[in-house]
Amino acid sequence: MPELRRPVMAIEQDEEGDLGTRRMIVNFGPQHPATHGTLRNIIELDGERVIRLEPEIGYLHSGFEKQSEYRTYNQTVVVTDRMNYLSPLCNNVGFAVAVEELMGIKVTPRCAAIRVAMCELSRIADHILCCGLQAMDLGAFTVMLWTFIERENLYNIFENVTGARLTTSYTRVGGLLRDVPPDFEDMCRTFMTNCSKVLDEIAEMLDGNRIFLDRTKGVGVVSKEDCISYGLTGPLLRAVGVPYDLRRARPYLGYENYRFDVITEQEGDVFARYHLRMREMREAIKIVDQVLKTMPAGPIYVDDPRIVIPPKTAQNTPAGGMEGLIYHFKNYMFGHGLCPPKGEIYSSTEAPNGELGFYLVSDGTQRPYRWRVRPPSFYNYQAFPKMVEGGLLSDLVAVLSSLNVIAGELDR
Amino acid sequence: MDPLDRVKERFADQVLGVYESAGQKYAHVRRDRILDVLRLLRDEAGFDCLTDLTAVDYLNQGMPERYCVVYNLYSFKENVRTRLKAFVPESDPSIESAATLWKAAPWAEREVFDFFGIVFKNHPNLKRIELPDDYEGHPLRKDYPLTGRGERMNFPRYVP
Repeated sequence: MPELRRPVMAIEQDEEGDLGTRRMIVNFGPQHPATHGTLRNIIELDGERVIRLEPEIGYLHSGFEKQSEYRTYNQTVVVTDRMNYLSPLCNNVGFAVAVEELMGIKVTPRCAAIRVAMCELSRIADHILCCGLQAMDLGAFTVMLWTFIERENLYNIFENVTGARLTTSYTRVGGLLRDVPPDFEDMCRTFMTNCSKVLDEIAEMLDGNRIFLDRTKGVGVVSKEDCISYGLTGPLLRAVGVPYDLRRARPYLGYENYRFDVITEQEGDVFARYHLRMREMREAIKIVDQVLKTMPAGPIYVDDPRIVIPPKTAQNTPAGGMEGLIYHFKNYMFGHGLCPPKGEIYSSTEAPNGELGFYLVSDGTQRPYRWRVRPPSFYNYQAFPKMVEGGLLSDLVAVLSSLNVIAGELDR
Repeated sequence: MDPLDRVKERFADQVLGVYESAGQKYAHVRRDRILDVLRLLRDEAGFDCLTDLTAVDYLNQGMPERYCVVYNLYSFKENVRTRLKAFVPESDPSIESAATLWKAAPWAEREVFDFFGIVFKNHPNLKRIELPDDYEGHPLRKDYPLTGRGERMNFPRYVP
C-alpha cells in the first residue's frame, strides 16, 4: 500500500526569525468555506505572510473527456452542463457552436438570438454571484443575499425556458431543445428592471465602502505580460487593460450585430475585477435588451434532416410502425445520425470566466474521437500562486473569490 | 505570411505536412526540435499566448506516430490562431517541455502526463495533477477501458 500521509510540501528552511517565529504549513481546503468548491491549497506561512503556495486540484475530477468519447454529440451536451455549474448555458452554447463550425452549419437567426440572450443572462448569473461571494468573503454578507435573490429570479427564467434550473442541456447541434415560452420577454424585462436597481444598490454598498476598498485595492496584482503568458482570459485579463473579448475578437452567433462595449480596467487588482464584472453585467443587460427588441421569428432548428432530431411524435418512435422504426434507426443507431466529417476544430466562445475552448477531433463516426475542453478556470487558477505569494493570508481569500474558480470546470 | 509557412521555410525537415480542417490550418511536426519551432512562432510570428496544450491518442489511425501533442497558439497583436501537432512515438513517449516559453504550459503538460503518460523533459514539476499520485495507468489512452481497471474497488484506504 502506498504511503498516503507523506508531506506534499516540505519546509525548505526552518529558521528562527526576529521574533523567534517558525514557518508553518497550513492546509487551506478542500473543505474550507472560503474556497467555494473543492480546492486545496498548501500554504507555507511566515507569521501571516504567504511565502509559498501550492494548489492541489483534482478533487472533483469526473472524467468528462473520457466519457464524452463514448457518447454521441447530442448526448455530450449533458456533460457540458456539469462543467461550469454557475453558467451551464454558456457551456451548452460553446459546445454547440464548436460542433456546428466543425460541420459547417449555420443556425437560424431565431436560434442564434435566443442563444445570445440565454448566454448573456447566464453571464449575469455567474458575475452577480461572483460579486456577491467576493463581498461575503470580506464580511459584507448582505450583498450576497441580494445577489442570491437576483440569481433566483434568473433561475426561474431558465426553468421556464429549459425545464431545469441548473442542468439546462438547452442546445442541440443545429438548434435548441425548444422555443422560448410566450412570457419569456416579460420575464426578462421584469428581471432586467429589478437587476439594474440591485446593481445600483450593490455599487452603492461596496464602491465607497472603506473596508471593502482597503481589502481589495492593490491586492492580487499581476502584470500584463504575466497575464498573457499564463493564458489568463476573461475578466482577469480585461482587468489589466487588454481588451480581449471573443465576442469581439471572433464574433459568433451574430454578436457583431449587437452594440456593447468591451469593458477594461487598468489596475489589475481585486477591486478592478469586481468593478469590471459589475460593469459587464450592465453591458449584458444591454445586449439582452437589444436581442428582445430584434428577436426574429422563424424556426429554431436548421432545415436538414441529417442533423435534426425529429420531434417525438407517435409516428417517429419505434412503436409507430415501420416509418418510426426507420426514423429511430437512422437517428440513433451506431454509425447513423449526426456524423460530422473527418477533421478537427478548435472553437472558442466567451464564457463568464474567460475563453471556453473546445478541441474536437472527429473520425467521421457518430462519436467524437477526442473531446477536449479548454477550461478557463484551469489556466486562471494556475496564476493563483503568483498573485498571493508575498501577501497576507487574509488577502488570499479576497484573491481566490475574485478568480471565480469553478471546481467542476477546473477538474472536469 | 502564414505562420506555418514560415515554420516550413525555416524547419523544412521538421514539418511533416500542413493541413486544413474546418477552415483552420495546422501543421504536423516532428518532436525533435519542437522547442525551436515554438520559439520561432512565439518570438518572430508573435504568438504570445499558449491558449491550450493537449494530446490525442491516434491508436491504429494510420498517423505517423501513436501520440500527438497539440499546441493551440494565439497572437494578441494579430488576432490569429494557429495549431501545431507534434508526434510522439509509443516506444518513447517523451517531448521537450514548453514551460520555458509560456507560463501556461506547466499545468497543461502535467495534465497530458496524467492522462496520456507522455513525459515532458525539463519540466519544473512533472507529477499527476487530476488523478491521485498513486494511480496506475493513463485513462485517456484509447486502450484504457471506460469503466477503468478496477481502481474504484481497490483504492488504498486511509488508515490513521
